[in-house]
Amino acid sequence: MSTAVQFAGVSRHYGEVKALDQVDLEVFEGEFFAMLGPSGSGKTTCLRLVAGFEQPSAGHIEIFGETAEGVPPFRRNVNTVFQDYALFPHLNVLDNVAYGLMIRGVNKAERYRSAEQALEMVALPGLGQRRAGELSGGQRQRVALARALVNKPRVLLLDEPLGALDLKLREQMQEELKNLHRQLGITFIFVTHDQNEALSMADRVALFNDGRVVQVGTPREIYRQPDSRFVADFVGSSNVLPPEFVASVTGEQRWASLRPESIYLTPSAGHSASVVAASFLGGSTRLSVDVDGLRVNLMLASVADVPAVGERVFIDWKREDMHLMESGA
Amino acid sequence: MNSPSAAILPGRQGLLRRLADTLWRRPRLLLLLMLAPPVLWLGVIYLGSLLALLVQSFFSIDEFSGLINYEFTLKTYRELLIPANLDIIVRTASMAAAVTLAAVIVAFPIAFYAARYAHGKWKAAFYIGIMLPLWSSYLVKIYAWKLVLAKEGILNWLFSKLHLTWLLDAYLSLPLIGGNSLSVSYTGTFLVFLYVWLPFMILPLQAALERVPGNLLEASADLGGSPRQTFRHVIMPLALPGVIAGSIFTFSLTLGDYIIPQIIGSSRLFIGQAVYSHQGTAGNIPLAAAFAVVPIVIMGFYLWMAKRAGAFDAL
Repeated sequence: MSTAVQFAGVSRHYGEVKALDQVDLEVFEGEFFAMLGPSGSGKTTCLRLVAGFEQPSAGHIEIFGETAEGVPPFRRNVNTVFQDYALFPHLNVLDNVAYGLMIRGVNKAERYRSAEQALEMVALPGLGQRRAGELSGGQRQRVALARALVNKPRVLLLDEPLGALDLKLREQMQEELKNLHRQLGITFIFVTHDQNEALSMADRVALFNDGRVVQVGTPREIYRQPDSRFVADFVGSSNVLPPEFVASVTGEQRWASLRPESIYLTPSAGHSASVVAASFLGGSTRLSVDVDGLRVNLMLASVADVPAVGERVFIDWKREDMHLMESGA
Repeated sequence: MNSPSAAILPGRQGLLRRLADTLWRRPRLLLLLMLAPPVLWLGVIYLGSLLALLVQSFFSIDEFSGLINYEFTLKTYRELLIPANLDIIVRTASMAAAVTLAAVIVAFPIAFYAARYAHGKWKAAFYIGIMLPLWSSYLVKIYAWKLVLAKEGILNWLFSKLHLTWLLDAYLSLPLIGGNSLSVSYTGTFLVFLYVWLPFMILPLQAALERVPGNLLEASADLGGSPRQTFRHVIMPLALPGVIAGSIFTFSLTLGDYIIPQIIGSSRLFIGQAVYSHQGTAGNIPLAAAFAVVPIVIMGFYLWMAKRAGAFDAL
């Protein structure tokens, strides 16, 4: 598998602020790569460095083997779907989509034909004469996507593209983006702060925190084998167990992560706990229990009898579901 | 447990309070009260006098008695078309167009810098720098320019110190734009017009550029647009309403001004001067009125063209 984008020791500093600090990263060709992290973690800066809107303070960036630093955005065969779409308000939808082709001097008939095709690809045919302001959020999102894809970029960058959509639309767009990715076979780099989005869509995920990449891996790896407390905590609201507690179970002084769905109720054996809160989530119920002063969350299938708040229960889990992380005193 | 407080507070007393409540319940009444004075002012004083002017321009003057003949006729407008008067109109309109074009070119970089790059202190400095000339008297500025441009003036002195007098002389020997010295040439008139009206171009242009989101420029670059292409296809169309707003100021102010060409420039008349002289000593009110209608017609035509060209589509 060849490399599409490579970061080697890349930093981006704004004065004292280190938006990105010593990042090494490799994105493979044809991959659906997600950059996940809380706001201010450096993921968007990373994307802007690939697009060329920012230049690295230090380090080296390669796009398909070619040096990217110092190359302006308009000489990169990379296109971006902006967070707030950035559609041109003075152009209609068709001219928006055809903008990149117009810039490259493609003649009118041909560029409108390509633009129409791109609009069909994102399921928006026949809206070409509308203005961007007359479209709904979901439609604008599709126009932004078509505008980027019509240029046949080698890498498509998506900056929180689904952030402004409501839940139903977001799920639908996730599906469509995945289909588009399969159809086109180009590299997608996707920035999001939504861990569900990253896990469900990406082939691989890079998790950012404080300007650094803390873990890169497939969604499975990230979810099941978090490298650190931060990863365990950020992805999937895991229970992070402190070293003392882990030591009492395994004998090892290490932090551990334990997924809520790995914990089950038992009639008598296991750890004694008292129920602190129960939230009904539709398909399941999240139970919050107290084990000797340690708060633990677990998921119950909602058909199960849900114990009342204050009731004493016993909980247990399989040893192998408890994932050991860094050691701690 | 405390007794619950009232859910609805008792009505307030006093005439003013009652009035406040009434206006709150009837927002249209409030709107009417607030709009009536300015609408009356604009409608009666401003539009009324404009209408009176328009009516005057359809009267004519009796050449022998010098009295106004109060019968509707197009005779006065025909008089506008005699070569001497047509010259005045063409001269003024060309000057206004040249000043407007130059103002756009000079104002754009300044406005662009102020809108995109200046922040905090620098932005304040920009506003003060632009507004400061507007706070001093218009006449003082014009006479200052006369000192700069006159034959014994600062500019001549500077050119001679730099041993470039030959260059200035060569320029002044050019037909039309040249003259005896800069202060009695069209170039001088043009420079002073440009200086005096420039803030009226910069401010609306800056406001328009400020409304262009930065990510549109990034989007254009992302889609392959070089800075030049981005300027042409994104910045310019979106700034156009600002350019039009600014040009309405610079164009119409130049069309109507009668002081600058009188103090600086060749002695040939501009529309404003023609109006001034016809309504004053000559007592030819109808012709003065007809001359005054010319800028209105030109501006109306200009706006109509701008609208047709889609200048307001981005609004």
